[in-house]
Amino acid sequence: MKNKKRLLSAALVAVMLVAVVAGCGKKDSGDSSSSEGSETFKIGGIGPLTGPAAVYGIAVQNGADLAVKEINEAGGINGKQVEFKMEDDTHDAEKAVNAYNTLKDWGMQMLMGTVTSDPCIAVEAEAEADNMFLITPSGTAVDCIKGGNAFRLCFSDPTQGIKAAEYIGEHGVGKKIGVIYDSSSSYSKGIYENFAKEADNHDLEVVAAEAFTADSNKDFTVQLKKIKDAGADVVFLPIYYDETALILKQAKDMEFDTTFFGCDGLDGLLSVEGFDTSLAEGVMLLTPFAANAEDELTKKFVADFDAAYSQTPIQFAADGYDAIYAIKAAAEEGGITPDMSASDICDALVTSMTKIELKGLTGTISWADDGEPDKEPKAAIIEGGEYVMK
Amino acid sequence: MGFLSYLINGISLGSVYAIIALGYTMVYGIAKMLNFAHGDVIMIGAYVVLTAITGGINPLVAVLISMVVCTVLGMTIEKVAYKPLRNAASPLAVLITAIGISYLLQNIALIVFGAAPKSFPDFIKVPALKLAGGELVISGVAMVTIGACVVIVVALTFFVNRTKQGRAMKAVSEDKGAAQLMGINVNATISLTFAIGSALAAIAGVLLCAAYPSVTPYTGAMPGIKAFTAAVFGGIGSIPGAMIGGILLGVIEIFGKAYISSQVADAIVFSVLIIVLLVKPTGLFGKNIQEKV
Amino acid sequence: MKKKIFKNNMITYALIIAFYIVMQVMITTGSISSLLQGLLVPLCMYAIAAVSLNLVVGFSGELSLGHAGFMCIGAYASAIFSRVTEDSLPDLPRFLIAILIGALVAGVFGFLIGIPVLRLRGDYLAIVTLAFGEIIKNLFNVLSLGKDNEGLHVSFNDAAVMELGEGGEKIVDGALGITGTPRDSSFTIGIILLLLTVFIVVNLVNSRTGRAITAIRDNRIAAESIGLNVTKYKLMAFTISTTLAGVAGVLYAHNLSSLTVKLFNYNTSILILVFVVLGGIGNVRGSIIAAIVLTALPELLRGMANYRMLIYALLLIVMMLFNWAPAAIHFRERIKSKFSKKQEVV
Repeated sequence: MKNKKRLLSAALVAVMLVAVVAGCGKKDSGDSSSSEGSETFKIGGIGPLTGPAAVYGIAVQNGADLAVKEINEAGGINGKQVEFKMEDDTHDAEKAVNAYNTLKDWGMQMLMGTVTSDPCIAVEAEAEADNMFLITPSGTAVDCIKGGNAFRLCFSDPTQGIKAAEYIGEHGVGKKIGVIYDSSSSYSKGIYENFAKEADNHDLEVVAAEAFTADSNKDFTVQLKKIKDAGADVVFLPIYYDETALILKQAKDMEFDTTFFGCDGLDGLLSVEGFDTSLAEGVMLLTPFAANAEDELTKKFVADFDAAYSQTPIQFAADGYDAIYAIKAAAEEGGITPDMSASDICDALVTSMTKIELKGLTGTISWADDGEPDKEPKAAIIEGGEYVMK
Repeated sequence: MGFLSYLINGISLGSVYAIIALGYTMVYGIAKMLNFAHGDVIMIGAYVVLTAITGGINPLVAVLISMVVCTVLGMTIEKVAYKPLRNAASPLAVLITAIGISYLLQNIALIVFGAAPKSFPDFIKVPALKLAGGELVISGVAMVTIGACVVIVVALTFFVNRTKQGRAMKAVSEDKGAAQLMGINVNATISLTFAIGSALAAIAGVLLCAAYPSVTPYTGAMPGIKAFTAAVFGGIGSIPGAMIGGILLGVIEIFGKAYISSQVADAIVFSVLIIVLLVKPTGLFGKNIQEKV
Repeated sequence: MKKKIFKNNMITYALIIAFYIVMQVMITTGSISSLLQGLLVPLCMYAIAAVSLNLVVGFSGELSLGHAGFMCIGAYASAIFSRVTEDSLPDLPRFLIAILIGALVAGVFGFLIGIPVLRLRGDYLAIVTLAFGEIIKNLFNVLSLGKDNEGLHVSFNDAAVMELGEGGEKIVDGALGITGTPRDSSFTIGIILLLLTVFIVVNLVNSRTGRAITAIRDNRIAAESIGLNVTKYKLMAFTISTTLAGVAGVLYAHNLSSLTVKLFNYNTSILILVFVVLGGIGNVRGSIIAAIVLTALPELLRGMANYRMLIYALLLIVMMLFNWAPAAIHFRERIKSKFSKKQEVV
């Protein structure tokens, strides 16, 4: 009896293991190695679709989906239709590599991702080894595009930090700077460090730099009070908009009236559901995208986005949208076809990326050999619940 | 003046932890389980209030609706996921299931409400108290939270010590078997505990999100862990302990940020916790049960 | 009794080796999917972590929620070593030394933390280990380490921009962690380390020391009264467990080119605990299987898109109820007895 039981449990275990292995192995029967005779381009995307960073991944996914739909309706790339598939990485490097491998099994030829920095660094190493073309819509860390196969759509951390210091210095926004940054986020810390380095060159003084972490991102009264006591006339916020919403409220509650200055992470602040936009009055931000910009492209994008997902797009959505169009422009320049291997496509796109100029939602962008984008940052100020471009 | 102002901030933050910790401690006292899903019930409570208020329902009614929803949710979870494991071979089994429930609630919220943070309406219209010529500001929400916390502690203490059901709870927490022999319906008592704990979670959700007005599917997770720490700090199972533990935790967190370093505030909080537990191994108000052979 | 244990252990080793051979055959014949191939090292790593935690939770009977913290220490220590000696040592010896360093440093931390902490019981121990995990995470988050021609520079203040001299290079960069660690982890090494872990744990458990550890778990006071040194044995189990967790961390650090503390939070500690409990407390083979199944499951569910993690959570709850609920166990026994009766008839 006892033996039988053991036998049964061993059998159960064996079945489970076989199921797991078979399940993982099964996907292979697809078209992983070559896509010969294929009639569509396969673009993969990776980003956090669940977990605390999901809001960014989903925004990129929505933006990219919209772009793909438009492209397909207009006849595709080089006359061929485009398939786009986004995989979840839960903002984790290991899961991102799993997602990358899943997409490879699916037959991905170009990668639009990953959305966040740390996973991007891990995936980029894989993609470089495979010679897979990669464009990250929003991975800001320098190492995200280490390899020759990788490009970036958004500004890098150093660029943002330096441009922010330049802007504050040149436009006389203030002299004494207080900073609140997220020390557990490489994005926030990267911008802050470069901002601090550049601040000296513009005669700015960082009087207080206060950190918080993802584990204690609710109460900012201490950070605000320290900055207030240090006599700062500008508070620099290289962070995301959800924490900013809390900071603005708490600053108002403690009657700390100052200028807040942020980077692209602040975009989206005004579209937080139920947010009292009067709190954001006078907030300045350097962002390549503002949802109420007056140009035709943005207007159309915002309208279409609202129709499809009933919400206002944040900058990440615009990044995803532009990244797909960047791939399209480069693909047309390089004259690639869906039957080429991923590696050949990568070689072709790497050359053509540096030749194109994309008129996108996030500005007119051209790319250098190192994969960094060249575009002008735009400064916006929030007045009467609207972004006003400066 | 700086010190006093930090102290007030600490107490405001701590009172939020305290109110969450009360739910943890109630359930732990009776069911002897760490209900890891408590933080996520709080999140659901906050979303319910948010949805109701956006739908034009009076805020007070919205809070009541949320309490009912959370109570039903808590009792259902207990019935479906925890009760079958009450007599499992290891107490860890139910802990893991609670984690499963926590993932489940987060992902349901993600699908239903979306990932984007939503701002919580500013419906607590109590004016801020200004002292010392505006140098010290106590926000209305903080006063309401502290008040609610005190009221709940008093009410719970009264309930547990003076009412029949309350005493039944105490009996069950001391010795399930003996309680049953005395004619107490153990299942009903545990069910009632989860009902109260979940109703508290709804209130905690409202106050958490009123103080820090942003709701995401993961809003409950970290405050949940911190409150759990606070409950242990005060001596888990003790009702006044949870309140004192929560407030102390908040004060330590704020003082750590203010006087030592804002970068390592989390490390400071947890270090103090460890030191306290090493000196007093069952927390500040925990009962020290002597083991016998 | 001895023979039975021996047989049981052999089955575990045989299963691991069979798994290895099947995977190797699939790799050489090219019939393996990229996903599965990429998962092999993480599977080994999680299995090692689960087996090592089982030593504490299963055999020593203590609840630890800080296992990921020790993995983090192992990962960082070894990755720093590998980055520093990247140019001066050949790959294989460097990786072997890195494994030793990761294991050793994690073990030393486990020992030091274990001395005061193991006095606590049950849920209080759980919360203190959780607290240690969070402290480790928080401190590594602000750690900066750079090297230049003058040697190594360490800073725990990430607000300060580290000034490095000539030939300067940042190795640890605060929240960004360590990037570009040489990717030395391979499936073969992972399997060898897993076998080694299993070997250490099962031999310890079935030794005199192991019997002392389980005796303390089952009845502390009785064990004390026959003269067993409770602290010594508990500390021993805890230190060995953290050492092995360090090894898992080394595998992780050398598998991806980005290492941050994000992974090593309490969620991961809990996840590893889930492997241990689901696989059966005190059951080494169960831990490995649960680690494999639960790591692969979210990947298999990718087809479910948005509902992926929802279904994962549901399956976890159902599996727990099925494995642990007395009613479910009773039900299974009934089915089994019917099953075996039929067998006898045949």
